[in-house]
Amino acid sequence: MTTPRTAQTAERTGPPEVIKAVPVRHPGRWVAAAVVLVLVAMLVNTLVTNPRFGWNIIGQYFLSSRVLTGLGYTILLTVVAMAIGIVLGVLLAVMRLSVNPLLSGASWVYIWFFRGTPVLVQLLFWFNLAFLYPRISLGVPFGPAFVHGNANSLITALAAAILGLGLNEGAYMAEIVRAGILSVDHGQIEAAQAVGMSRALTMRRIILPQAMRVIIPPTGNETISMLKTSSLASVITVTELLYAVQLIYSVNFQTIPLLIVASIWYLIMTSVLTIGQYYVERYYARGAARSLPLTPLQRLRRNLVITHDRLAKQPMQPPGESGERR
Amino acid sequence: MSTSFEAQAATAFAGTGPMVLAEQVHKSFGLLEVLKGIDIEVGRGEVMCIIGPSGSGKSTFLRCINHLEKIDAGRLSVDGELVGYRQQGGKLYELRDREVCAKRAEIGMVFQQFNLFPHMTALENVIEAPVRVRKMPKNEATDLANQLLADTGMEDKASAYPKQLSGGQQQRVAIARALAMRPKLMLFDEPTSALDPELVGEVLGVMRNLAKTGMTMVVVTHEMGFAREVGDSLVFMDDGVVVESGRPRDVLSNPQHERTSAFLSKVL
Repeated sequence: MTTPRTAQTAERTGPPEVIKAVPVRHPGRWVAAAVVLVLVAMLVNTLVTNPRFGWNIIGQYFLSSRVLTGLGYTILLTVVAMAIGIVLGVLLAVMRLSVNPLLSGASWVYIWFFRGTPVLVQLLFWFNLAFLYPRISLGVPFGPAFVHGNANSLITALAAAILGLGLNEGAYMAEIVRAGILSVDHGQIEAAQAVGMSRALTMRRIILPQAMRVIIPPTGNETISMLKTSSLASVITVTELLYAVQLIYSVNFQTIPLLIVASIWYLIMTSVLTIGQYYVERYYARGAARSLPLTPLQRLRRNLVITHDRLAKQPMQPPGESGERR
Repeated sequence: MSTSFEAQAATAFAGTGPMVLAEQVHKSFGLLEVLKGIDIEVGRGEVMCIIGPSGSGKSTFLRCINHLEKIDAGRLSVDGELVGYRQQGGKLYELRDREVCAKRAEIGMVFQQFNLFPHMTALENVIEAPVRVRKMPKNEATDLANQLLADTGMEDKASAYPKQLSGGQQQRVAIARALAMRPKLMLFDEPTSALDPELVGEVLGVMRNLAKTGMTMVVVTHEMGFAREVGDSLVFMDDGVVVESGRPRDVLSNPQHERTSAFLSKVL
């Protein structure tokens, strides 16, 4: 008896009815959203109505040559210090993982020292190096020197900032690179050894490219951090972005508008870095997943194409077709 | 079988004497003695299968052959030359890294976990060592790799990344990668143990074809059918010693030792 009945029911109803249920209400979310909305309104209100923000002054100085020069120095400091940091970091990480206790010990002490003292202190130290070594010479250790120089003219404020930020960054990058190297499966090293690859070749061709997936995200983080940490160089008179605006407001006393100018530029630069990091991560993710996810741009383009196609097709559909589907 | 597999065979018969000779090989990890005096001889063109319970030392012995592990005592030589050492005037000298690498380049190895390089396509995996280690021109290496991928039935997947391949396909690429170095000896460390049952056959098929070309092979395996059909000799290891060895048919159907029959009764 049951079999014919089920067959009958199936015949009568066809495909199952789409569920239409009363959704659960979330009053808490509405209250929270209302609070956020009020706070945003207050923020916008004060930004617009408080004349002391000095939006016209911000506009006036935003692209001024002194601010742009400062911006250039900030970018220079960030790029050079990060370059030093990354090269030093790879070197220190490989040393740290060495079987030679002297090499790994030296790396450990370096990291211990440079991570253990404030970067501001390190900057001041390099800036005042001339007190410790008035003359700097290049030559054979414990032997004759070939080139001599005055420390004050060799270590300029910019050189001190680059040294301080770069050497400090090296310690942090070393730990990041080490974590990346350790994250690579040991079987990879064995497979490389088994085909006759040397240690150096294995490191360069097999381990580091795979370690990159682990190294890139924190390195992006470090770069963004460096962009802002470079403002500490203002203390040792490098006219980077912060010191440039400080010099301006020390004359015209427009402190807040000029600090906002600097902040906007920092935000713009970190945004650009964030986008860059996304694409670098994507590059090193190849082989890690079965297929790479689409980039936001690709997704946007595809959605546009789909919408376009749909819009283009709709009027061409014969009226009968949709009727049949009912 | 196609041409490049045939070419492998030519190198295998180049010298004289056994391809692998182990005499009283000992190996310990800390206090744990894993190999307690192994005597094994693998002839040129011979396919030797090594079976035994896990922890019996069969994988360790295989890894000693290409110096992934150092032996503590005894003598181990491949193609008449000591593994990892050079003997001069009754004294042993450790080989430099470069020399060890050159020796390893002549021995192919296939791992249980495939260990393909995940950031490279199948083709890039195969050409990596010929190009970087042997300094072979890239187009020449690519021709060789395409031939080997065809031999292993992977020609359609040359541009796929390992993650996009099944286990059996990955292992076939791994075999092609090892063969690209034109080895005189191939080591297989449980090549089918990490595979789904229905994928085991395709890998064993490739190995069977390779054996037909005369390649010298040492295969640590749990595939008794393969050992019986393809193997020229069978070694049963237990607790760091060779318990029994002989023709696969004899050992499998008429084991002489109690430990062998006890093991076989569990796996057959």
